[in-house]
Amino acid sequence: MSVASVPRETLAVALGADELAAGLAQAGHEVVRTGSYGLCWAEPMIEIDGIAYGPVTDLADLESVRLGPVEAIPELARQERRVFDRCGRVDPFDYDPAWLRSQLDCDPLEIIDEIEASGLRGRGGAGFPAHIKWRTVHDTPADEKYVVVNADEGDSGTFADRLIMEGDPFRLIEGMLLAGRAVGAGKGIVYLRSEYPLAAEIFARAMEAARGMGLLETFDIELFVGAGAYICGEETSLLESLEGKRGEIRAKPPVPAVAGLFGKPTLVHNVITLCAVSDILDRGGRDYAALGVGASTGTMTFQLAGNVKKGALIELPFGISLRALIEDWGGGTRSGRPVGAVQVGGPLGAYLKEEQLDTPMTYEALATIGAGVGHGGIVVFDDTVDLVRQAHYAFAFCAHESCGKCTPCRIGAVRGRETVESLMASAQGDDELAIIRDLCDVMEQASLCQMGGMTPIPVRSALGLK
Amino acid sequence: MAVVDPGLEETRVRDIATSRVDHIGGTIAALSDIVRSFGHIEQRHMEIVADVFNLTVAEIRGIVSFYSDLRTEPTGKRHIRICQAEACQSVGGRELTAATASRLGIGLGETAADGSVSLEAVYCLGLCTSGPSATVDGRAVPFATAEALIESLQPGSARGVPSQEESLQPGSARGNPSHEK
Repeated sequence: MSVASVPRETLAVALGADELAAGLAQAGHEVVRTGSYGLCWAEPMIEIDGIAYGPVTDLADLESVRLGPVEAIPELARQERRVFDRCGRVDPFDYDPAWLRSQLDCDPLEIIDEIEASGLRGRGGAGFPAHIKWRTVHDTPADEKYVVVNADEGDSGTFADRLIMEGDPFRLIEGMLLAGRAVGAGKGIVYLRSEYPLAAEIFARAMEAARGMGLLETFDIELFVGAGAYICGEETSLLESLEGKRGEIRAKPPVPAVAGLFGKPTLVHNVITLCAVSDILDRGGRDYAALGVGASTGTMTFQLAGNVKKGALIELPFGISLRALIEDWGGGTRSGRPVGAVQVGGPLGAYLKEEQLDTPMTYEALATIGAGVGHGGIVVFDDTVDLVRQAHYAFAFCAHESCGKCTPCRIGAVRGRETVESLMASAQGDDELAIIRDLCDVMEQASLCQMGGMTPIPVRSALGLK
Repeated sequence: MAVVDPGLEETRVRDIATSRVDHIGGTIAALSDIVRSFGHIEQRHMEIVADVFNLTVAEIRGIVSFYSDLRTEPTGKRHIRICQAEACQSVGGRELTAATASRLGIGLGETAADGSVSLEAVYCLGLCTSGPSATVDGRAVPFATAEALIESLQPGSARGVPSQEESLQPGSARGNPSHEK
């Protein structure tokens, strides 16, 4: 009997994957529900005996969407899949814990040394060296410590956390258990946004499977589903939320690694950061560090989204240019028009212009043009984009999502939104631009967290302000 | 509107809150459960949650007002959310919002006068390669058009991943706990 793989992943399901799975089963195939490879343009993408087809709309006409042997699809073969190596290939619940068990006997400090050797930096946006956090939590004496996973993936243009939690939840469980072993934590909590119901269901089921395998005896995992607040992606706001409060941010210091959840040392990491841990420990930190450029080591899970023909998750070593991602991997804009602007790194990321697209995707190179990698989201706009309107949205989004704790963000965003409205209505606009410039300076320098502190980035880049 | 049995409702809310008391983020989890069970949160629910968690009603109200899922007004019988974030803007999300609003005769954040449908903004559904995106009763709709959204309001056209909202029974969403379970 032939085996057919059909993703059970939010996008594929929304595009009819469940119906395809039922049809394939009816036709006598043994159907396996996998995750998605992240080739979103090909969803629903199915495999029959190793041959991929996608996007499939009609099982009677597979030949017209034949992609060939999965491992030979160029968009997959050319990736360096360290985090996503299993995602798409496997049944998310079919897991052999032997490797993980062998690693959990390792010396905690040896694990931290490997993380340090890998040069791994936080993939949530800030790019902070992971090993410093790990060592701090390890070295801080406490009766209880936590590993908290930030899966509050709110940046527009990003979906890597969702894909891996739906397609390879055990990769995250591995990362959490290994981090827990390294820092001496007894409990891990995943903070997942409520907009991802299927990820919640799949992760919860994987967690129960892990429990059944006896993997959660010394380190337990809990899943918490948020209630709709972008700011809870900020780590201290997230911790407040886990304590059952309004997600108002905390002033730092103390950093969460010293005093985090319930005042205990807490390792807070984005999903993808922790999902890189297995590969680092498996092949060694040096092997991971050999990928990438300078201090941007390893792979990044770029997410190509927005007005692009072939939107996808693309895992590659740091260093590829935006132009290569958009043109070679993405096939240009979906509308067929020239690229007008590209927002990199979510709603707090810069709008880059055509002439900046050759910048290599590294933390350092992007910083030189006032931009950042963020969580790896790349949103392409064509030349019909109205950048003044995008600046207005950046302020409006900040006003909508501000936790209200500090004045520059709470008031600044509202005044900014109003001033851009006045700019849109005015013929000259010099006065408004001067006010916006001022507001951006105040928000950048005086906000308590990156919500207010980074809103000036999209605003200035959209308006061409220095 | 169905007749509400206040005693039963109070018992149910108290049970929900009590079951979450020792959980991480227990207040938020309890309030989310109340939205799932009753469609929205009433003042009397907040009073019970405050009592169970040994907090003031003001603290509970503060939490409710912070999180957008913790709604204090019922949605329409059918509920459409349209993504307003950048990836969807780049492929016509604003135009989709305007066209859908105009077809339904309601704006974002509004419910039709007869309670049949409501429209809400959402900021990113994680379907950013395939926008503009929306949900209808929690089911994801990629490559959304106003026509497709209106059509999906017809019975029997559902597809995709139902969210927790989906488990709401429209009848019980008006707050009749005796229909629960």
